Amino acid sequence: MKMMTPKSEAELAEMVAGADGPLWVKGGGTRGLGGAGEVVSVAGIAGVELYEPGALTLVVRAGTPVAEIEAVLAAENQRLAFEPMDHRGLLGTTGEPTIGGVVAGNISGPRRVQAGACRDFLLGVRFVDGAGQVVRNGGRVMKNVTGYDLVKLMAGSWGTLGILTEVALKVLPRPESEATLTVATAEAAVAVKAMAAALGSPFEVSGAAFDPEAGTRIRIEGFESSVSYRASRLQEILVPFGAVTVESGPEQSSAIWRDLRDVAPFHGGAGDVWRLSVKPTDAPEVAARLRAERVLYDWGGGLIWALVPEGTDLRARLGGVAGHATLVRASEATRARLGVFQPEPEPLRRISEGLRARFDPRGILNPGLMAQPVEA
Amino acid sequence: MEMPRPNPVVLSLKDRLVSRLKQVLPEDAVIHDEAETRAYECDALTAYKCPPLLAVLPSSTQEVSDVLRICHEEGVPVVPRGAGTSLAGGALPTADSVILGVARMNEVLETDYENRFIRVQTGRTNLSVTGAVEEEDFFYAPDPSSQLACAIAGNIAMNSGGAHCLKYGVTTNNLMGVTAVMMDGTVVEIGGAHLDAGGLDLLGLICGSEGQLAVVTEATLRILRKPEGARPVLMGYDSSEVAGQVVTDIIKAGVLPVAIEFMDRPCIEACEAFAHAGYPMCEALLIVEVEGSEAEIDMQLGLIKQIAAKHNPVELREAADADEAGRIWLGRKSAFGAMGQINDYMCLDGTIPVSSLPMVLRRIGEMSKEFGLDVANVFHAGDGNMHPLILFDANTPGQLETCEAFGAEILKLCVEAGGCLTGEHGVGIEKRDLMLHQYDAADLEAQMAVKDVFDPAWLLNPAKVFPLAVSEARRAQPQAA
Ligand SMILES: Cc1cc2nc3c(=O)[nH]c(=O)nc-3n(C[C@H](O)[C@H](O)[C@H](O)COP(=O)(O)OP(=O)(O)OC[C@H]3O[C@@H](n4cnc5c(N)ncnc54)[C@H](O)[C@@H]3O)c2cc1C
Repeated sequence: MKMMTPKSEAELAEMVAGADGPLWVKGGGTRGLGGAGEVVSVAGIAGVELYEPGALTLVVRAGTPVAEIEAVLAAENQRLAFEPMDHRGLLGTTGEPTIGGVVAGNISGPRRVQAGACRDFLLGVRFVDGAGQVVRNGGRVMKNVTGYDLVKLMAGSWGTLGILTEVALKVLPRPESEATLTVATAEAAVAVKAMAAALGSPFEVSGAAFDPEAGTRIRIEGFESSVSYRASRLQEILVPFGAVTVESGPEQSSAIWRDLRDVAPFHGGAGDVWRLSVKPTDAPEVAARLRAERVLYDWGGGLIWALVPEGTDLRARLGGVAGHATLVRASEATRARLGVFQPEPEPLRRISEGLRARFDPRGILNPGLMAQPVEA
Repeated sequence: MEMPRPNPVVLSLKDRLVSRLKQVLPEDAVIHDEAETRAYECDALTAYKCPPLLAVLPSSTQEVSDVLRICHEEGVPVVPRGAGTSLAGGALPTADSVILGVARMNEVLETDYENRFIRVQTGRTNLSVTGAVEEEDFFYAPDPSSQLACAIAGNIAMNSGGAHCLKYGVTTNNLMGVTAVMMDGTVVEIGGAHLDAGGLDLLGLICGSEGQLAVVTEATLRILRKPEGARPVLMGYDSSEVAGQVVTDIIKAGVLPVAIEFMDRPCIEACEAFAHAGYPMCEALLIVEVEGSEAEIDMQLGLIKQIAAKHNPVELREAADADEAGRIWLGRKSAFGAMGQINDYMCLDGTIPVSSLPMVLRRIGEMSKEFGLDVANVFHAGDGNMHPLILFDANTPGQLETCEAFGAEILKLCVEAGGCLTGEHGVGIEKRDLMLHQYDAADLEAQMAVKDVFDPAWLLNPAKVFPLAVSEARRAQPQAA
């Protein structure tokens, strides 16, 4: 397949303006998305533009590898607080995840429940729209309400409204220490209650997940003395739900959350993987209805990862529950048949289509990726 | 301030409109008497006034939908209104518009502590949202200084912030879902008790759209458990450069205070005279607040005081008890009131990168001499959101104009420094004509394309946000849906 490899935003804009067919936008290619047409790789538009640790701001070009950003931040004891997952293990892909891909998918990990999603840390964007026009929105400062917030719109638009070339992000200090409490819970209903109790406490829980094979996990981070204080207070809160053990070695704790973030228990095997966002207390009932081979709960129950046999139409089992289901791992045929994204109800679908038609009038950017499946 | 000429066709429709609206609303919810519509002639940017054609006060999403459908059919512009505390003229009517006020819609619809959200009608005031969950020790985090009066409706439209958003984020980071009504009367549900969008982030788009995309009638808001405690420390410095360095050093040290507030000498003097908070007289004063248990607070303030001490403060005072904490905050919280006692003032809202703080303050000082008007600075230092208050006398001919010209120069300076025109108050009419200093034509075109999709005839909240010349073609030739 032909691949365009622009080295600058201007070059990219020219290529898009001159394109005469569908374009598939690629960062590191670790999401394994693609279709008919030419590939545009953004990997050549890379590098840190500006990093001000004292202002908690980072401006980078979209093709910059996430690993490079993490290293730059770690040198100043800072990090991306939204904890983007690495899809390579789950999808069996290779390549280097880029920040543009992370932002385009609004990829947010376990800390979403406390710190916010990727979109909450996104301060500004530059992108090339479907007509080849360069557009800027937001900026590099932490508070900005100047005009409409296209920054949020671009996060999670999966390249269908424009090709990101530069993003400005808010970063946060890396805490001195962390600990994980594990509650011996077997049932999802109990686990969700335990997580709600922890998240509803004043003790700043930064992760609340449930793996039926390992129990309920609660993470706290901060200065060492504060972490040990909160660990003991949380222990009191959690003990009614099951026996509590504390993993206070930061290395072990961060390994637990890396695995949860990357959905490690689903790596390697067969089967489709779905990601559902629901009201946390709905989760046990929803999960039961899915009849999945295996599930993992994150975000206090609000995020369900489900492993199901290939080709299963999991949305059909959801019923009328509020929320949405995204098909993350499946064959190209299944993805085309079921659609990757949750179909939107009528007035919203019309708005989304309207926006896509405005930003990409020729319909050439990742065409069909976010559209409804032909026959759901 | 230039506003579009009222549409004579719309003006001639008044009687018909009143009778049609009375068919869908109670009698007392349609306000058309000229003496009464005057109550809606302006918001908190009182320099600009214009009574609307009429005002309506619906009580439900259905009534909002009926009103919008009728106005859409008749081609009548609609200006949504919450509590009217906008400082940007966001709720300023045009003579040919209907004010749609949501003040009667102030119910709590659902509180859910397990899932940590509250659902309210958007006419509810910001403070009474926290009021509704306080008993269970929860709170709604965004806390604009106007929180006693301002409504969630306006908070969502302006994406309002507050003193504590360094830690908790602004409105958009705490908003989970909305029920909104489009200009043609269509009701849309976006988001809810679950997190993040399954498709495009339309919620993020509606928040901060200044009432130009849809009228928001209900909102699902994230609520949080209150921290165990909070305590401020006050520090005074001989120069704003040094104070700026202290802010940077605190942030770099990995402590994340809930608030870092900054005041300069003119502001300190005014607040002290007004509130007797016991502030030291110096060039720059910082109030830094942290949260947690007693021991956690001690530990964090210990670190902060260490950093502060390295920079030779003229004063470094930790609140010993709740009383003293109250007094430390009292001065800051009464800053606007204090300035209002002395003079008329205009409150600006540009944001700058924290690193350019000393440069920007120095330039503002120089410009103050050039324009011959005094400025007091009070702002959220942790996130670079400035609030220069320009003092003027509205009764002296020409001073308002001088003040506006000065304000525009300050905002341009913020943009040059790498910042933006407005950090939390919104563009409204006030900063509309400065938009081209921050964005170029293609950037604004992309934003206007969004409005085309939601409101093809450009009837919702006319003449705001975009420079009139830039939006003229769209306003003149409404496009088909
Ligand atoms: C003394 C003072 C202090 C302030 N301090 C702060 C502060 O610390 N932080 C801050 O961010 N702001 C502050 N403000 C500004 C102001 O309070 C905020 O912008 C507030 O959010 C406005 O809310 P409101 O309900 O009064 O809105 P209004 O003034 O009624 O309207 C504001 C905008 O919202 C739109 N709107 C209103 N209702 C709806 C609706 N239902 N659907 C769609 N759009 C709607 C209007 O059209 C308008 O554009 C302050 C104002 C004052 C007077």
